[in-house]
Amino acid sequence: MTAETIIQSLASGLLMGLLYGLIAAGLALIFGLMDVVNFAHGEFLMIAMYATFFLFAFFAIDPLLSAPLVAAALFVFGAVVYLLIVRFAVRAKANAGMVQIFATFGLAIVMRGLAQYFFTPDYRSITHSWLGGKTLSLAGVFLPVPQLFGAMTAIAAFVVLYFFINRTDFGRALEATREDAGAVALVGIDKNRVFALGWGLGAALVGLAGAIMAIFFYVYPDVGASFALIAYVTVALGGFGSVFGAFAAGIIVGLVEATTALILPPSLKSVGIYAVYLLVVFIRPRGLFGSL
Amino acid sequence: MLSVREVTTAYQGLVAISQVSIEVEKGEVVAVAGANGAGKSTLLKTIAGAERPRSGSITFDGARIDGMAQHLITARGIAFVPENRRLFPRLSVRDNLRLGSYLYRSQADREAPLELVFKLFPRLSERLDQRAETLSGGEQQMLAIGRALMTRPRLLMLDEPSQGIMPKLVDEIFQAVRRIRDTGVTVLIVEQRIAECLDIADRAYILQTGRLQMQGTSSEIKSNPDVRKAYLGL
Repeated sequence: MTAETIIQSLASGLLMGLLYGLIAAGLALIFGLMDVVNFAHGEFLMIAMYATFFLFAFFAIDPLLSAPLVAAALFVFGAVVYLLIVRFAVRAKANAGMVQIFATFGLAIVMRGLAQYFFTPDYRSITHSWLGGKTLSLAGVFLPVPQLFGAMTAIAAFVVLYFFINRTDFGRALEATREDAGAVALVGIDKNRVFALGWGLGAALVGLAGAIMAIFFYVYPDVGASFALIAYVTVALGGFGSVFGAFAAGIIVGLVEATTALILPPSLKSVGIYAVYLLVVFIRPRGLFGSL
Repeated sequence: MLSVREVTTAYQGLVAISQVSIEVEKGEVVAVAGANGAGKSTLLKTIAGAERPRSGSITFDGARIDGMAQHLITARGIAFVPENRRLFPRLSVRDNLRLGSYLYRSQADREAPLELVFKLFPRLSERLDQRAETLSGGEQQMLAIGRALMTRPRLLMLDEPSQGIMPKLVDEIFQAVRRIRDTGVTVLIVEQRIAECLDIADRAYILQTGRLQMQGTSSEIKSNPDVRKAYLGL
């Protein structure tokens, strides 16, 4: 193992980790806002990837251009999921926790089933996109351009999100709803509106990630599953509900994954991530940046 | 301005207030007094829209508001400071106040009530960057009233503002209520400290186990022998 291979893996791990952070951000946002885990998060990613794929296949719209469209479409989708499903699930009089879990879990299964039916289980990929297959060489380290673009988008998304949450009225309403959803009506805020927009925002973030991932990853109905699992680990590691914790944890997960791949055979590359996760659960169950 | 007619509210089948009617005229301070569990808080929650009445009607400035969503009632000009204050604990004093003016768009509209809030409670202006949870009980009550004033209400409803507060600050808060009324805001206040409350109120209602027991001007209530015996300890 040379120094170059180590740097090379860490660099790719960092790029992938930033993208993991972006995928996990929406999950953390929704969880922090209303204590609901969206078990269909991976399927949100999956439909974003399909949307990007079809926009490319049918209309020749490059993922770079369709990414904002896909994010906007996912925003609407997330808000609709809240208004049509989650809003009623959280009102359950008995076993509210279970009802919430099965509502989003059921949604995940339905979405996967529909994708298999309409899109077939075939693996699809976007060929000849503007960035696809290109690499950039930086001081001897080769960086795949799509992943580099994804990483930069993730950073930009987090910067925008930071200002949005800390500097705007709606961000303040989001924080207030997170603190005490029952109290926002006292200042005239409709908590259902905040929840719907929160779901929209969370879905838009994973939509953005999906659009970029479609450039370099196969698109198939089950694609969300493995990424969603990583996202849950990332959110737990970052501290449940902490959006910026998820960002930091995403980087850690990417680096750990890359390091594991250096040491263990490729088929065991996920072992490191889950080992770190278990360590966090045992030593610091509220996560690295959690404030429970 | 506010007219509550024969309102009954129940929690899980248990009637908390029954057939209660009260009237509040513009510019008044009206007190609702009574012992613990008399249904005072339920009455305010029902007016604010946090609880739905089982029967009866509530009109505010001529429009029915019973059954309306709570945030819409706030937007119509009724600000409610609940018993447990419900501040946003980890947000700063400044953010709590700023959220109070969430309904307004222009900067001028949003900042207009700040001057009054700081005049009433100068110590809030010294603690703008502190988290709400780090304030003392009395300061939290001031912030809760301040946040309610930021919504620019026409009717301010206070639920037991003296609860859990050191005596010196209780006085300050009752004084503030008078001054708020002097700015043209109508006040409906619920209290267990009946004596102090009657000092600042124009009229009062006495609730007992969910029913209206007595009503009148503050001096009438104060001189009523039953009230003197049961509530004022005279």
